[in-house]
Amino acid sequence: MNLYWKSVDDFLAMGGYGPYVWGSFGVVALAILVELVTLRQQRKALMLLNPEGDEP
Amino acid sequence: MARITWSYFAAPQRFYWLAGKLVPWFAAAAVALALWGLYVGLLVAPTDFQQGDSYRIIFVHVPTAWTAMVLYVAMALWAAVGLVFNARLAFMLAQAIAPTGALMAFLALWTGAVWGKPTWGTWWVWDARLTSTLILLFLYIGYMSLRAAIEDERRADRASAVLAIVGVVNVPIIYFSVKWWNTLHQGASVSLTKAPTMAAIMLQGMLIMALAAWAYCFAVVFARVRHIILERERGAAWTREHLPANVVQPATS
Repeated sequence: MNLYWKSVDDFLAMGGYGPYVWGSFGVVALAILVELVTLRQQRKALMLLNPEGDEP
Repeated sequence: MARITWSYFAAPQRFYWLAGKLVPWFAAAAVALALWGLYVGLLVAPTDFQQGDSYRIIFVHVPTAWTAMVLYVAMALWAAVGLVFNARLAFMLAQAIAPTGALMAFLALWTGAVWGKPTWGTWWVWDARLTSTLILLFLYIGYMSLRAAIEDERRADRASAVLAIVGVVNVPIIYFSVKWWNTLHQGASVSLTKAPTMAAIMLQGMLIMALAAWAYCFAVVFARVRHIILERERGAAWTREHLPANVVQPATS
């Protein structure tokens, strides 16, 4: 398939809408990262809990 | 050997196993679909005649909006199943869905606002769709807050289930809002009965990203429900295998 963009600069500029487009995709990426990190933290916390839910 | 039916996996231990098997597949699908979708949407699809390249926000805005809505319905359904069958796994699934649903709702609102500013001249307007989507976010947060506020797990399950079910009426409101009211948000470009009103390659990118969002949500919700299962079932013997050896188990006498 042919790429639409002529250069990397054009791609990043997004026809002048760069801040909006990257501000959207960026926040989505960040949110996903936060969710995955939170899951990992949950996992870590879980492995240290005893049956009563307290620190052993 | 028990006959394998859907209810076979209603036992938290068995669902824990099943979810564990499925998570890697959903995660891999999410990554592959996202890469493909981003390739189509950001690299291949042409610019929009009217909006310019700001339209590309659609490739995250629509997937997050759709998943926010569908996840809420799923959450409400599991809440109802939990209440009707008194099945704690159903409540655990509802509990696992909420944070991801809230995140998707927030992202739909954020990407919508960022798209709205250059395209329609405003970050926000109190029209029917935007307002009802904001309410969706509040319902997710309300569900999680209510759970957190109630000490007893079983009571928390039931109270939050009622909230989830009552709130589900908001989802068709979001969906039909652009038809029922005069909104700034545009009407449906994709329908089950009519040809789509957007270019084929753009629609393709949007659908691939929607599937990617789907796969991602399945992976994340199943991963989270496994944590919830371990935490809530930690007194049961089968959890010993998954919790570390130095964790003190309750005395059997």
